[in-house]
Amino acid sequence: MTKTPTSPTFAMSRRALLLASGAGLAAGILPFGPLKAQQSGTLAMCVTPEPNAMCAAFNTASPVTVVSGKMLEGLLNYDFNVSPTPALATAWEVAADGLSITFSLREGVMWHDGQPFTSADVQYTIMEILKQHHPRGRSTLASVTAVETPDDHTAILRLSQPAPALMYALAGWESPMLPKHVYEGTDVLQNPANNAPVGTGPFVFQTWERGSHIIMTANQNYWGEGEPKLERLVVRIITDPSARAAALDAGELHLAGDGPIPVNQVQRFMDSADFQVDTRGTEMNNSLDMIHTNLRNEHLAKLEVRQALMHAMNREAMLGVVYYGLAEMLTGPIPETLPNFYTADVPSYDYDPARANALLDAAGYARGADGMRFSLRLIAPTVGDTYERMGQFLKQNFRDVGVDLELISADIPTFIRSVFGEYDYDLTLYPGSVTADPTIGSQRFWWSKAASQGTPFVNSTGYESAEMDQILEDASVEPDPEARRALFVRFQQLAMTDLPILPVARPIYVTIAAANVVNFVPGPDGIRAPYGSLAFTG
Amino acid sequence: MKPIRRRFPWAFLAKRVAYGALAMLAIAIINFFLLKLAPGDAAEALAGQAGTADPAYIAQLRAQFGLDQPLLSQLWAFLVRLATLDLGYSYVFNERVSVLIFSRMPATLMLMGAAIVIAVIGGIVFGVTAARYANRWPDRVISFVALLLYGTPPYWIGLMMILIFAVTLGWTPTSGMENVLAFNTGWDRVADIAHHLILPALAQSIFYLAIYIRLVRAGMLEVLSLDFIRVARAKGISERRLSYRHALRNAVLPLVTVVGTNVGNFLGGAVLTETVFSWPGVGRLMFDAMFQRDLNLLLSILVLSSFFVILANLIVDLLYAVINPTVELK
Repeated sequence: MTKTPTSPTFAMSRRALLLASGAGLAAGILPFGPLKAQQSGTLAMCVTPEPNAMCAAFNTASPVTVVSGKMLEGLLNYDFNVSPTPALATAWEVAADGLSITFSLREGVMWHDGQPFTSADVQYTIMEILKQHHPRGRSTLASVTAVETPDDHTAILRLSQPAPALMYALAGWESPMLPKHVYEGTDVLQNPANNAPVGTGPFVFQTWERGSHIIMTANQNYWGEGEPKLERLVVRIITDPSARAAALDAGELHLAGDGPIPVNQVQRFMDSADFQVDTRGTEMNNSLDMIHTNLRNEHLAKLEVRQALMHAMNREAMLGVVYYGLAEMLTGPIPETLPNFYTADVPSYDYDPARANALLDAAGYARGADGMRFSLRLIAPTVGDTYERMGQFLKQNFRDVGVDLELISADIPTFIRSVFGEYDYDLTLYPGSVTADPTIGSQRFWWSKAASQGTPFVNSTGYESAEMDQILEDASVEPDPEARRALFVRFQQLAMTDLPILPVARPIYVTIAAANVVNFVPGPDGIRAPYGSLAFTG
Repeated sequence: MKPIRRRFPWAFLAKRVAYGALAMLAIAIINFFLLKLAPGDAAEALAGQAGTADPAYIAQLRAQFGLDQPLLSQLWAFLVRLATLDLGYSYVFNERVSVLIFSRMPATLMLMGAAIVIAVIGGIVFGVTAARYANRWPDRVISFVALLLYGTPPYWIGLMMILIFAVTLGWTPTSGMENVLAFNTGWDRVADIAHHLILPALAQSIFYLAIYIRLVRAGMLEVLSLDFIRVARAKGISERRLSYRHALRNAVLPLVTVVGTNVGNFLGGAVLTETVFSWPGVGRLMFDAMFQRDLNLLLSILVLSSFFVILANLIVDLLYAVINPTVELK
């Protein structure tokens, strides 16, 4: 990850040489001694569903971030421990009081159109684009009051209060740096560059045939030594999971991520010598399947009922039946993939139907003539088939303790309107990302002040705890890592005591590549990585 | 005998165009309200994809999409855009609506065109054969297979075809419209696209084929029992010529009607096939537009689709008169 910065003069001469070698090729002469490692090969990967735009600054939908992250870069990259590594920033320093962050920017970096990348671009992007138009920029960058640019290669973020989580939100696919000279003075939302990015990344946008594919070519002026390795990167849009599996089988697709194929086929790919299956690459995202209760429901308002539901779930069987083994069952709201925050020291709820029955009896719910005590509705969005299986599984588990579960599946806008717009649900199950920092990803579900009717993916349960609010607010501005960890340990314990949300599992979304592909999961962001090092072997 | 000379039916045409315009207006308005009934809007759908969003961002999206306006002014704005043939800009897909639709049109036209041609030819050949051998084994086999195809979900047929012909046998590509890794140009590209077209066109045609066979068979059986066929047969005309030249022309009207409907529905008729084969057509765009609640885009496609249905019906009516001169256009 750490690259020696290229000086501007060298970059210029290298560009001139490349132009010269290009002319030599055109004249039918072999290029002389390549200064840049030879790029070779065209790799086909796929995203799902089709991205709506090519630039993640305005739309952070998963497929957009995948594509955008190849062309646009951020200030930082991350390693598998989710620690920052250099990208457009080569060094950074958080002030002792946590009120400013100084970034030293890489020198000699050029935008795809040949203009130099400078601190003015950083200032413009953060203040004018990300803070105004990024779907979550307003909250992650809330405490940034100004970006100072003492020289072309230094950017200082001034903060109104310490923001320890900010350092985890600066990857290229999350907070891409945009060229000021392309965006300034335009209607940024309709800027043509949103569909044809001008970035600094290893790949340059070439074409986007809607419904079919996106083609990117190697950035000849990329700052990374010997990168990119590929000549071209083609992103195909294949909508059906079984069709994706078939395309991989037929060799028409070299790489697919984010759990691209039906889970019951993953084992076959794992066993095949023609493919590699990597279970890493979600450490930055940490999407969790959790059951959010609606505490406005008279039954669910009782803690015993929520505890009973926890005891009624057979999570060990669920791992096999629902997830085909591709999940890590949760002990609390933070997964083990975040060792800096995770603790196992929380109240636990083993599978124990007898205990669940006893709790429900004690809560005053006698079984009716049909053996049921009361019924609940579970609404889940129709994304993949996991939630359908999960619904069926839970229906059986809950029936054993006399709770009748009615399953409702809805498309995403319907689901959002019901759960977050109208609070018209009893239980809901959907993926929610902790991201790399619980302040960014977890706080919104447990913090009472995050609740805002009509806003998706925030606290919908109606949970309000002054103690919880205090812990989360303290953690969001605590600059000392140890003290911050202690706060999040208390968060996990309280979350598992009060149980407004029933944590279930962290599904493992696999990345599948042909046997001759290397570096396809180079970091914790999986297929969102810039992919400068992605290559074919041999 | 002198051929019947007819004046071009201008009055008929004018009346039908006027009715068509009214129908399109009604379709636009009804669909507008129907789609508004779907829970959730484009801002929520986009925010849903983004994973997180703050209230100000959603409000900003709504203002951008015009969703903060009263319902009737949204409808009026849409109708004005339609009347001026300016379909507007899709903020959901970051592109002009007309560009979105028309760039996907050739793919769908190609798929549906090929599928319907295959189905019509197959429908006529198998339908006539079944009728000629009514209640004998060729008829039994054809009718049974047709019934089976009719009852099988097209997407399942598509997936099976991919598994057999693309994955196992390797005769065709699994999906997509062209080999995007080959960068073909000129005739190579045409051949490549045709190669990719085979499976989806067959999968799409199978559903129509099943219906067409049954239609042609039933029509043929009815006509073959008529007196003029007996006369023709008495004159010693060969059975094949009798079937295709004399009977088919009279038996084919119901088929023309149904084919006309299928042709008119081409925009949205191939959603499943397009999805299974990742074919970049309008059907998938429509599907995406629905799931993302891009109502302007969806309505534009629906109105355009109604235009094609009306156009196809008109052409079918005109064709009736050509195929069977006794049909009068009023």
